[in-house]
Amino acid sequence: MNLRARVWDALTTVLDPELDEPITDLDFVESCTVADDGVATVVLRLPTFFCAPNFSFLMVADAYDAVSALDGVTRADVSLADHHAAAEINGGVAAQAGFVGTFGDEAVAELDELRAQFFRKAALAGQDRVARPLVDAGIGPEELAGMSLGELLDTPELARMRKRRAALGLPHGDDAPLLIDGDGRRITSEQVPLHLRRARLQRIGIETNGEYCKSLLQTRYPAGAAAGRG
Amino acid sequence: MYEKDGEKYFIVDSHSHFWDASRENWKPGAEQFAKGWIDCFYGYHQLGPPETHWDYEHYLKVSPEDFEKDMFQEGHVDYAIFQSTYLKEWYTTGFNTADQNAQLLEKWGDRLIVNGRFDPREGDEGLKQLEADCAKYHHKGVKLYTAEWNGDSRGYKLTDPEAYRFLQAAQDLGIKNIHVHKGPTIWPLDKDAFDVADVDHAATDFQGLNFIVEHVGLPRIEDFCFMAVQEPNVYAGLSVVIGGLMHARPKFFAKVIGELMFWVGEDKMLFGGDYNIWVPKWQVEGFVDWQMPDDEAFTDYAKLTTTTKKKILGLNAAKLYDIPVPAELQLPTTADESMQPGEELVDNTAGAQA
Repeated sequence: MNLRARVWDALTTVLDPELDEPITDLDFVESCTVADDGVATVVLRLPTFFCAPNFSFLMVADAYDAVSALDGVTRADVSLADHHAAAEINGGVAAQAGFVGTFGDEAVAELDELRAQFFRKAALAGQDRVARPLVDAGIGPEELAGMSLGELLDTPELARMRKRRAALGLPHGDDAPLLIDGDGRRITSEQVPLHLRRARLQRIGIETNGEYCKSLLQTRYPAGAAAGRG
Repeated sequence: MYEKDGEKYFIVDSHSHFWDASRENWKPGAEQFAKGWIDCFYGYHQLGPPETHWDYEHYLKVSPEDFEKDMFQEGHVDYAIFQSTYLKEWYTTGFNTADQNAQLLEKWGDRLIVNGRFDPREGDEGLKQLEADCAKYHHKGVKLYTAEWNGDSRGYKLTDPEAYRFLQAAQDLGIKNIHVHKGPTIWPLDKDAFDVADVDHAATDFQGLNFIVEHVGLPRIEDFCFMAVQEPNVYAGLSVVIGGLMHARPKFFAKVIGELMFWVGEDKMLFGGDYNIWVPKWQVEGFVDWQMPDDEAFTDYAKLTTTTKKKILGLNAAKLYDIPVPAELQLPTTADESMQPGEELVDNTAGAQA
């Protein structure tokens, strides 16, 4: 794989924390180039001028970390375009100043807790993604409550849910229950129906937000301007 | 009033504006923010059907005549409720102030309701102002922006003692409806400005007030629903939901409506057209024609009846605001009535189909 392709690959690991989707799938990468001297230049773009600075910062910083860690990249130049806080974010990420260092008095804490909050949401939504096909196939609450991850088909959705749980320190191994509450406890069969409704609502919440962002991005940047895959 | 297939719908638009984003009003030095703000709205505007899209210049500022035509003549709206947004750091005379709204009151005072505002951080001065505003305008509702900065403060919670003092005063002054903006904001930077936990507590402690969460807490609709199900005096403001999703993302619109019907219920959902992000005409007509799809993915969700639509489009809000509804258009709704929360949903044992 050439270096440009590896840089793109690294960008696929960067998530929009709210939407729980890679920035590459969301079309947030405006351009991605690598010069002969190994300098990687990545420009990101977002659906609106006023997208929340905290989430915007996380994406730029995560992209910087992912790209600059690659062998062969001598320097990563990652920046955000067309955003009300672009100057602060770009300067802060380049200087490795952290969120508080970047925004000074306007920020009171780093963003780890915010990120964790969205992993928790993603982990709940993941239970709908993984369990819904089973429900549709007629599997009832009793059985669902007893299921563990090792019994399930190895799908991308399952892998994604395991990852989110792992990031939060929640049970994610083969013996982990399919359905758990926010503290990792197994859901009882009486709780299954409402738990699944909650998981579905969580998924709809995240996905609707994602659809909103995609619509607005398309309006802001009509098709044809995307970086495309390496 | 809107009539279709022999059914008559009384329309209350619970969330509208009359803004001035004209270039002349962009504050020198802050032009990029003023432009960025309205461009953002213009992006939302384009999520409506293409034939309803406006020219950008027209979008910046409409005249009172445009308002009258778009809302009352073509838009089927019987009553509209104004919520104001000042943004004076970017717009010289403000983006959408009570004064701007008041221009329309002279002519349309009998069909417009201008909501007030308060900020608990303004202390005794603020309380006095609220009293004066209520004496002058007889407010029945206020709009609150909990994430707004004020001096050194990065926002407040409805549960702050000072906020409780204002809520109590508001209730004593005859205000019934607290519209809470839990939605897109710019600052504070590091908090989740969509967090609705404070509404939960305030709604429990102020049973005499109704709390309308605008934009149903989007993009945290799940937090809103989980909270609303426990609080019978919490309502879903549908502004941005119908305008932003019904045309652009119909399947997601169906899912969101389906979930709201389940968690919140048809008596607690209020139409808001968000003029002039969009005009109400296509939203009202589209919603009356709309139905939950028949596909398998939607079989869990309730179909909407004509009664459901009548309540959502106007009768619920009319009840919250004591708006007179012609006798032949009335229907019973539990909006504005104290009710017990659905226990089966609260204690985790609902028998909803898995």
